[in-house]
Formats: sequence, structure tokens, C-alpha cells
Amino acid sequence: MKVSLFVTCLSEMFYQNVAKDVVEVLERLGCDIDFPKGQICCGQPAYNSGYREDAQKAAKQMIASFENSEFIVTPSGSCAAMFKEYPDLLKDDETWHERAQTVADKTYEFTQFIVNVLKIEDVGAVYPARATYHTSCHMMRLLKETEAPFKLLANVKGLEMLPLANNYDCCGFGGTFAVKMAPISEQMVDEKVRHVEETTATLLIAADNGCMMNIKGRIDRKGKAIEVKHIAQILNSRVEGSV
Amino acid sequence: MAMKIGSKPFFGRVDEALQDEFMRKAMSSAQDRLRGKKMLATVEDELVGDWEEWRSAGEEIRRHTLDNLDFYLDQLSENFSKRGGHVYFAATAEDATRYIQEVAKQKNAKKVTKAKSMVTEEIGLNEALEEVGCEVYETDLAEYILQIDDHDRPSHIVVPSLHKNKEQIRDTFRDKANYTGTEEPKQLAAFARSQLRETFMQADIGVTGCNFAVAESGTISLVTNEGNANMVTTFPETQISIMGMERLVPTWEELDVMTNLLSRSAVGQKITTYVTNLTPQLEEDSVDAPKEFHLVILDAGRSKALGTEFQSALHCIRCAACVNVCPVYRHIGGHAYGSIYQGPIGAVLSPILGGYEEYGELPFASSLCAACSEACPVKIPLHEQLIRHREIYVKEKAKTSEKLAMKTFGIGASSPSLFRLAVKGMPAMMKPFVKDDSISGGPGPIKLWTAVRDFPAPANSNFRKWFDNHKRGGGTDG
Repeated sequence: MKVSLFVTCLSEMFYQNVAKDVVEVLERLGCDIDFPKGQICCGQPAYNSGYREDAQKAAKQMIASFENSEFIVTPSGSCAAMFKEYPDLLKDDETWHERAQTVADKTYEFTQFIVNVLKIEDVGAVYPARATYHTSCHMMRLLKETEAPFKLLANVKGLEMLPLANNYDCCGFGGTFAVKMAPISEQMVDEKVRHVEETTATLLIAADNGCMMNIKGRIDRKGKAIEVKHIAQILNSRVEGSV
Repeated sequence: MAMKIGSKPFFGRVDEALQDEFMRKAMSSAQDRLRGKKMLATVEDELVGDWEEWRSAGEEIRRHTLDNLDFYLDQLSENFSKRGGHVYFAATAEDATRYIQEVAKQKNAKKVTKAKSMVTEEIGLNEALEEVGCEVYETDLAEYILQIDDHDRPSHIVVPSLHKNKEQIRDTFRDKANYTGTEEPKQLAAFARSQLRETFMQADIGVTGCNFAVAESGTISLVTNEGNANMVTTFPETQISIMGMERLVPTWEELDVMTNLLSRSAVGQKITTYVTNLTPQLEEDSVDAPKEFHLVILDAGRSKALGTEFQSALHCIRCAACVNVCPVYRHIGGHAYGSIYQGPIGAVLSPILGGYEEYGELPFASSLCAACSEACPVKIPLHEQLIRHREIYVKEKAKTSEKLAMKTFGIGASSPSLFRLAVKGMPAMMKPFVKDDSISGGPGPIKLWTAVRDFPAPANSNFRKWFDNHKRGGGTDG
């Protein structure tokens, strides 16, 4: 299966290990991956801040880069949801609207692609830890993907998953919200960290680098002994010597 | 007072709210409780069947009604008048209060009892009635508490006194009304009841809001739990009901659906204790109906949303389901919004009704988590409307520096070579701030981030190179 990796700007700038893990997991599951060189950013920072025209520029760049792909896969529910927003963002231009629809229709978040397209729920990963999972808002509410990450994590050997209270509450990232509304965002991430601590887990797994950056940033600042990892890092974890 | 709450700027209000530990605890526990109750009465109630179908029906009914608003308003007005009621269309809040003042003067009214109504808060009706010499009595328990507490303002559209606990209410009752009992809720309610009982019977005018008006019969439908609306509308000879011009349904069939959506979404009840439906009485000798029944239909900015991308904001049935799931409201409470309409719907509605000058910051007080859109029983795309507001706001009011930054973003995000340069240059640019793979100071907006959290150090390697190398069968090192 031919898959184009939409790595996301955050991964490219800050979380390249996550990007590498995504590539390795998908390859192991039989995908042939390419990396469209024209990709930059989905445009969400501009779109969510009200700069529609600047977001349109970003969108057109991404559409031109990905429209010939068979499947587009990204390790971020939020960025995938932004691709799904493109047809509406470009609704006033018939040609671009159609091209946007083509791209939107073949875009999948990483875990969603594995479970719903590849139809695989056990990727053979091993990761002994007591962990909890942060449900990211855009993946849950805009992409409406609520099950895929849990199905995959349930099959990771050695991984004990603990329920997270108020998992439906936003972590306070929200892109520019985190700095524009800094005092509110701080309270939101603090409550999230509190709930994570209450689970007694020593590992927090997330599927969106934005949320991760926010929650991990706060956990590290507070000096808490909780690791934060992207789900791709967990799924790419194997026991030495296994295939 | 009207729609606006307080005079401090937005961040001043937010800081004040964040320091109010009690209020914040009250908000979060109320949210958790209401969320649970709502789930039990909606998605988890077998009798409901598919809740999503109900939401779709609600959306359809609201859209149809708003698309044909002129027709249904006409029908409502005709049917209400035909049965002897008086209809007044108020273009502004001032028009509405002036009309009601006139009625009060004509009736030589001294005492006015009121059922809970946000729209009367919106137009500042209490003050207007006091101006013409009326004593106004709020009879909804929560509104009564606020009123005797020196006219405190509502912090929630369904539970206006949510920011107060029972101990505070006890103290208010003691200070303002010579209460001698305990903080036990039953005792507090019994006290308010005893205080109000006489007043109900002496009132000259009863004022209510309107949850839904039924166009086909000219009926005002009120949803309450305390029965006070029945008292307000039964004793006085004159009744005045005020409704936003969008608050109507075509027929009783739609009323059934909407009442279900409202009570289940608002408080997790299958149906509220009272659903009071009032229609002007034709019979002269009718014993339990007011002799005079006025209906004030208020525009006050609503029609500005008609035919625009904000029209669906008028679909709102004021259940506060969005408020009850909003993580921002959870921490800052209602007063920080500076509007009687708080939470996500408040952030959408307030700029429409009151303008961007006063309420332009509210649409930014959201992380766009979309919990509001998901909760809305009539499927208003609230988080999308917040973005639409931002689009208008930044065109008019954004700082030049921000506009420039976004323009640069637009250029950078459509030029791969520039983007690669930026990614390449970033580690060097950020180097002075990096310590142990994370950043805790930093320039510009990063400083706002790092004031409370670490920021990841930019990767030193080049993923694109790694990928090319990897595809050629090279090692896994970047």
C-alpha cells in the first residue's frame, strides 16, 4: 500500500523521533512510504487565529503536494482534521475546492489508518509500563476517531492502561490559545497534569504533538516523574531480536 | 446594567476569577455533576433511542423556523392578538423597556413579580421598572438570591447563582433578610418561599421570559422546576412576557421535541417539574388567566445575524449544555466573560448582540476543543463560529505585529525552500535558550509559553535527509 507521510511541522521541527517511528511502524505493516517534499504546515496557526487568507496559502501548498497520493497519513489528529477542513476553507474557488476534497478524502490520522484501513489492531509492540492516554480534542471531536488508539494500545504487550479522569477536557493547548490566553491555558494544563498524576501512571501517551508539547512542557516544568510519549513511539517499541 | 457585567478589561476579569478558588471549585464540580446527569438523560437513556437523531431533528426544526422567521413571527403575532393579547415588536432594548414602562404606568403598578428570564437581564428590565416606581421581585430561587445580594449578576444562563455556595447564601439571607436558619438547602428554599408567598398575591404585574412561543396557537411555553412561573402568571391581572425574536416553534409537535432537548440537555431531566403553556384567554370570565397579556418580541441585534454565517447562533435554546462542558468556563466562571451570556454561546452571541468593541476578545477565549459543538442539542457549530468571529475581529482590530507575523506565516507556509531555511536556522536561533533539550526562556510569544511550561528544543537533525537516506536503505541515524 502506498502511503504519503504528512509529518506535520511540529514533528519536523521538534519531534523527529516520532516521525521516524511512524515511518518504521508503517513500513513494518507493509506500507511503501513516500515523503512529498513540498509539505510544510497545515495552516492551522493562521486558520484558528482568524487569518483565513494566510491559511488558504498554506492549504494550497499542501494540496499541491499531496493530491496525487494514494493515502495521506499523519501522526496528528488535529492536522488531519485541518486537511478535512480544506474543502470548506476553499469553498469559494471551485477548482481548489475540488482539489481540496480529493486530499481531504484520503487523509487519515496514523492510528486511524492502521486500524480502519490496514485493519490491524496488534502491531506486535512490547512496552512494559503503567500508562494512561490523553484523548486529543480534534481527533475525538473533529475526526470523530475515538477507538483506534485504544484498540492498538490494548494489544501492546506489557502495557497496562489506566483510565484518565475527565479525559474529554481539553489540555489547554489550542495553538495560539496557549500564549494568547496564557493564564487560562495554564489552569487547564495544570488540571490535566493533576488528573494524569492521580492515575499513578508513569507514562502518558498521546497521539498529537501539540497536546504533547503542552502537557509535557508543564510536567517537566513541575519536575514530575511522568514520561510523555507519542503513540507511534510505543507502537514502534519491540523486544530486542523480534521482527 | 443590561447585558454587560463589570467594567474591568477582559484579562483583569480573568485574573480576578482565577484567584477565586471557591468559585472555581463550584464550577468544576457543577460541570462534572451536570455532565453526568446529561449523559444519563440523553445518550444513556434507552427511551431516547438515538440521541444524535434527536439532535438532527432539533437542528432541522430550528433551521426551518429561522429560515422562515418572518412567516412564523407573523403567525404567532396574529394568533396571539386574535385571542386578545397585545404584541409589541421591539427593535431595541430601549424600545422594549419603554413599552413595558408604559404598561406599568398605565396599570399604576407597584409590585412586579418575575420568573427567571435572561432576556429581561439583557434589556435591564428591573432597573427600568424601578425607574417608574415599581418594586421588582425575582421569584426564581437563584435569581432571588442574586437580587437580594445587592443585585449580583448571573454567572450561568440556567443556574444564575452557580458561583455561590450554600454557606454564602445563608450569610446573604442573614445579612439582607433577617434569616435565622442554617445553610441546609431545604431550609434556605423554605425561607425564600415564605418571603415570596405574600408578594405573589400582591403583584400587579407578572413578568416572564419565554422558552418557546408556539406560532400556530399563540402560546408562550415556560419550562421551570420551582413552579414560580405559575404563581407569577396566575395572580396578577396583567402579564408581560418577553422573548427574543428567534424563540419560537411552528407547532406543538415541534414544541415537544424542543422541550425534550432543552430539559435533557440543560439539567439532565426527562422533563422539568413544570411546563407551563399560556395563551391569552378569549373568555371575559376566565378565572385563572391574566386580564391583560402582553408579548414583547425583541430584536436588539438578533436580526443582524439573519442571512449571515452566524444565523445558526440564533438556533440556541439557552440550555447551557455548551457552558457545562467548556474547559475555559470551568476555570474562569461566568462573570469573567463580562456578559450575561457566558461560555461558548456567550462568546458567539455577545459580539453579535453587543459588538466587537465590547465583546471582541471573547471569541479568543476558547481553545477550539469543540466540546461545545459536540454538546449542543441543536448542533450549532459553535467552535467554527468562534473562528468566524476571529476572522472579522483580526481584520478590524489585530495588532500590526500579529498581522505581519501571520503574513510571514502565509509566505513561509507556501514556500518549501523558505520553510527548510527556517527549520534549519531554528536550532541556532534558539540555542541561547536551550538547556537539557528544553527551553525555559526565549523570545517573543515563546516567553508566554515558557512562563509556565518548558518548550522543546528544535531538532538538530534533518528529517528529510534521514528519510532520503532511509529510503536508500541507509541506517536509521539522521
